[in-house]
Amino acid sequence: MLNYVIRRVFQSVVVLLIVGLVAFSMFRFVGDPIDNMLGQERTQADIERLRTQLGLDQPFPVQYWRFLENAVQGNFGVSYRQGRPVAEIIAERAPATLELAAVSGLFAIVIGIVLGVFTAIRREGWASNVIMTGSLIGVSLPTFLIGILLIYVFSVELDLLPSFGRGDVVDIGGWSTGFLTASGLKALVLPAITLGLYQMTLIMRLVRAEMLEVLRQDYINFARARGLSERVVNFRHALKNTLVPVITVTGLQLGSIIAFAIITETVFQWPGVGLLFINAIQFVDIPVMAAYLMLISVMFVGINLLVDLLYVAIDPRLRGEGNTT
Amino acid sequence: MSAILDIADLTVEFPTRREIFVAVDGASLTVEPGEIHGLVGESGAGKSTIGAAVMALLERPGRIAGGTIRLKNRIISGRDRAEMRSLRGSEISMIFQDPLTSLNPLFTIREQLTETITTHLSVTDAEAHERAHDLLARVGIPEPDIRLDQYPHQFSGGMRQRVVIALALCSEPDVIIADEPTTALDVSIQAQILDLIRELANERQVGVILITHDMGVIADTTDRVTVMYQGKVVETGATRLVLGKPNHPYTKSLIAAVPRPNVKLHRFPLLSYDGRATEFRIDDLARNWNKADTDSAKPLFEISGLTKRFLQKRSFIPSRRQYLVAVNNVSFDIRQGEVFGIVGESGSGKSTVARMIAGLYRADGGTILYGGQPVTGSGSLAWYRRQIQMIFQDPYSSLNPRMRVDAIVAEPALHHRLLSGKALRHRVDELLEHVGLGAAAGLKYPHEFSGGQRQRISIARALATQPRFLICDEPTSALDVSIQAQILNILKDLQEHLSLTMLFISHDLPVVRQMCDRVAVMQNGRLVEVRDAEALFASPREAYTRSLLKLMPRLDGLATEGIQDQVEA
Amino acid sequence: MTSVYTAPDRFNQMALRIRAMWQGDLAWAFRHSPVAMVSFVVVVLLVSGALLAPLIAPHDPFDPATLNLMNGFTAPGTPNAFTGESFWLGTDDQGRDVFSTILFGMRISLLVGFAAVLLGMVIGVTLGLIAGYRGGWTETIIMRVADVQLTFPAILVAMLIFGIAKGFTPVEYRDQIAIWVLILAIGLSDWVQFARVVRGATLVETKKEYVQAAQLIGRSGTAIMIRHILPNVLSPVLVIATISLALAIIAEATLSFLGVGAPPTQPSLGTLIRIGQGFLFSGEWWILFFPACTLLALALSVNLLGDWLRDALNPKLR
Repeated sequence: MLNYVIRRVFQSVVVLLIVGLVAFSMFRFVGDPIDNMLGQERTQADIERLRTQLGLDQPFPVQYWRFLENAVQGNFGVSYRQGRPVAEIIAERAPATLELAAVSGLFAIVIGIVLGVFTAIRREGWASNVIMTGSLIGVSLPTFLIGILLIYVFSVELDLLPSFGRGDVVDIGGWSTGFLTASGLKALVLPAITLGLYQMTLIMRLVRAEMLEVLRQDYINFARARGLSERVVNFRHALKNTLVPVITVTGLQLGSIIAFAIITETVFQWPGVGLLFINAIQFVDIPVMAAYLMLISVMFVGINLLVDLLYVAIDPRLRGEGNTT
Repeated sequence: MSAILDIADLTVEFPTRREIFVAVDGASLTVEPGEIHGLVGESGAGKSTIGAAVMALLERPGRIAGGTIRLKNRIISGRDRAEMRSLRGSEISMIFQDPLTSLNPLFTIREQLTETITTHLSVTDAEAHERAHDLLARVGIPEPDIRLDQYPHQFSGGMRQRVVIALALCSEPDVIIADEPTTALDVSIQAQILDLIRELANERQVGVILITHDMGVIADTTDRVTVMYQGKVVETGATRLVLGKPNHPYTKSLIAAVPRPNVKLHRFPLLSYDGRATEFRIDDLARNWNKADTDSAKPLFEISGLTKRFLQKRSFIPSRRQYLVAVNNVSFDIRQGEVFGIVGESGSGKSTVARMIAGLYRADGGTILYGGQPVTGSGSLAWYRRQIQMIFQDPYSSLNPRMRVDAIVAEPALHHRLLSGKALRHRVDELLEHVGLGAAAGLKYPHEFSGGQRQRISIARALATQPRFLICDEPTSALDVSIQAQILNILKDLQEHLSLTMLFISHDLPVVRQMCDRVAVMQNGRLVEVRDAEALFASPREAYTRSLLKLMPRLDGLATEGIQDQVEA
Repeated sequence: MTSVYTAPDRFNQMALRIRAMWQGDLAWAFRHSPVAMVSFVVVVLLVSGALLAPLIAPHDPFDPATLNLMNGFTAPGTPNAFTGESFWLGTDDQGRDVFSTILFGMRISLLVGFAAVLLGMVIGVTLGLIAGYRGGWTETIIMRVADVQLTFPAILVAMLIFGIAKGFTPVEYRDQIAIWVLILAIGLSDWVQFARVVRGATLVETKKEYVQAAQLIGRSGTAIMIRHILPNVLSPVLVIATISLALAIIAEATLSFLGVGAPPTQPSLGTLIRIGQGFLFSGEWWILFFPACTLLALALSVNLLGDWLRDALNPKLR
């Protein structure tokens, strides 16, 4: 058990080091950082000074080590485009993205699991068929089209909800939240639905597939043969076994919510880190890209680690309690 | 005594897209309290379908199309699912085949037992826990206090089947349906579980339907037996009578095909019931065969100190790696032209030995000499691979489903560049003729053939390179008993007429007695003893061999029609 | 495995096989699924429309000579106020015929989709086969890399690859190679699915005895992987490929919509939607609406086909 946790933590650190290497290589080799940082008017002395200042005269491993050192302290250099420290820019954008992701993630998981279980148990019913067909449309609809559609209906035609921005925000100790104002909550509705819908359909389809698989197992048949009620069989025996694989994939989906936020933020001009990132790609603003990459890797790896630990909590086979006798 | 369960004229249908498949066709049988009623038949006979119909667990789109099922004089067929559910578990229970998959892995044994008890009996929680404890003790699980709070994965296969039986007893049922309850278990465990079922049936006056394909289980355990063939009941009656004096020709052919533990037969008598048994044409085959000059004085194989370890836990650090020693320092010879058998329970290492000789596994220690030449080292072994062939256990997985039969049979000869073009085509057609399938079979794909026919294709493939040595790894354990008799006869023909040397791996002692000249007994990776087959069966030396022999089914009461004239002196 | 039979014989066999296939389970399932048949027809129509675009498009949207700015913002079906010309699906701001731009846009979308799936499939199937068959450290390394990449959503990986490639190319070439960068980015982002599924299936197949039968006669690992295992793991690959095609088309549209995909000089459906979004609020809905519908129809019908295929190839699920 403890062994398992230690191994997983170790693996997570290795993943982060590799991602760090990718981010650093981007920073170091994509374009010339000196070119990018100094304008047209530069002297050889400027170049040399900056080269030493950035440590570009050092051997590669030393540079990588420094990059990691800085990254751990939250120092990712200066944005080529805005000329401000990357950490500062990200810190002021992060609350918007995190609030959006939290709301839509909750929406996707709760609705997704409920609908998935429902469609698995009532396989033959018309309601299940409608939901399943709807989910296929949901999977086929690109996120940005959902966003545009919602804007057109609720902002342009009905004029009920705002089409861009996050409304009024309240600053609490450096964290700007939209949860406390009416306009902030109203502004959150459309982006949250846009972002959550696709994830919801994926989670729902996954839960349904897993549950159908579990319902075919011998132990479910045996539970029925013992005369246990359909409710106990479905919600006690089947659901718990379904949750084991569902948790893994749901964890991955949570990660992708943060990535898909890029699209939603672009459609709704939501002032989060996703919008920042897409602009960075367009203008090849490497420090921002590298910082974003590092930041979300930490989140992804953290979520994955959490998922693995949850797994152990649910499945006794992984706890390694005693052996077969 | 009146019947507790009465199945009358039961018909079960599975509508498919092309036709309606009748799985059970007007079957009738009764079960009395305290009686074990055997239901026997080959695959596809419809015996498991009867069990599922009684439990209302028929898989969609199966349905009961006719007949009635009465439990204690109440009709229980044709009721809706909700009503059936209240009967299930409370008055009828079921034991499934595979104990590894029939327990929910995420709940403790206590949770699964008490849940079932409180569903059926109005007892307090404390009483339910006490009952759970008693049941576990009753089915022979030591230290029930500790075991109750463990999860299924902490139990071995036999122990799990005991837990399954305890669960089936929770509601004090009148009838238990046991569907192949011991097929997934080793012989020694099998005997214990059958004894337990026998005891419980007597003690609690429970009627048991025991569904099995194994004549040994029927003979040793049941009071009455019903024989099924293609959905129909062909014969029913007291076990001793049905097995000793069968009336129906199908029952006769079935019994004649059962390998006997007590005598060695020259060939199995094939009492053809429906005329489907096809001829194996050994004479044609033998005519074109390049027989190796047999010098039986010298052994073909000299095997010494053979060892194989499997990595169980990987690690960067060599000292932290954990190994399972599957074969431990095994030495024996295989003589020219003999059938050499290896027997043992699962995990004894018998298949691993065969795979090392076949070159599928690399030995971690020891040597294998073939005709005096080492075949364990590196270097080209093409000459050796040409001379050996193998027949595998599972006819459904040993043929590539995406390859046409002619390509399957041709592959070894083509790979070794022995034949090509017309000559190869001719050889393939000839081989398919000889094994009794006909050359036209070459144009089909494996899924168009039955298990027995597939095993014939495997034999044709094995013979394509004209090998001198044939490895048979449980070649009939996946086959029905009548098909098994056909295949074993073919193998005997091959060995006699083509002077093939054979290595025959099996867990089935009566089969080994019929096939082998000499037998090696293995246990936990070690060689227990090597003897002449008849001497081994007559007077085993080692304690382990004696215990294995004791577990063989006692088939003394079986009819001997057609068998006497095959007995070898 | 080379067949032992000669050519004319083979031809007959092929005819027989085609007939058997039509009567086979898959064809039966197809003929009895209206959804699958409709989706198939839609996909065929859209793909042939894209292939034949230069022949059937009323205008060439990339030929400035045929464009008339006066035709800008013509509503669908109504004659233009200045030129009197009429356009089936209307025109965009520069007077380009929307129907023609959709046909040409689909060419880009489908090219990127098919090529990216092909790339991902080749990489994924190869690595999956090797990992599943060889096992040991080879497998550990391949599957750990796959796991790590799976941690990062495909669309993000594609964006990163696109961003890095953009950084490497000089500004003047960026538009020209954008399509190829897109294919590379999307293809490299979805090999993992193929690799995981193929590895799983290969592990199952490798344990089967027909593989041992081939090993026994001394066939090489490569020959066993290609001739024996590959044909037996193809059905799940087919399902994944179909679903991946829908995902790749959507991914391409998304990247282009975000402005990090197909350039305006070679607009894909996503680029067209990006352009159309600007005119939604001013009332010229058709510039966005028709490309969006086409994209949805394409993705939905491919998804429906994939969904049907998965159920049809896996009888357990029914």
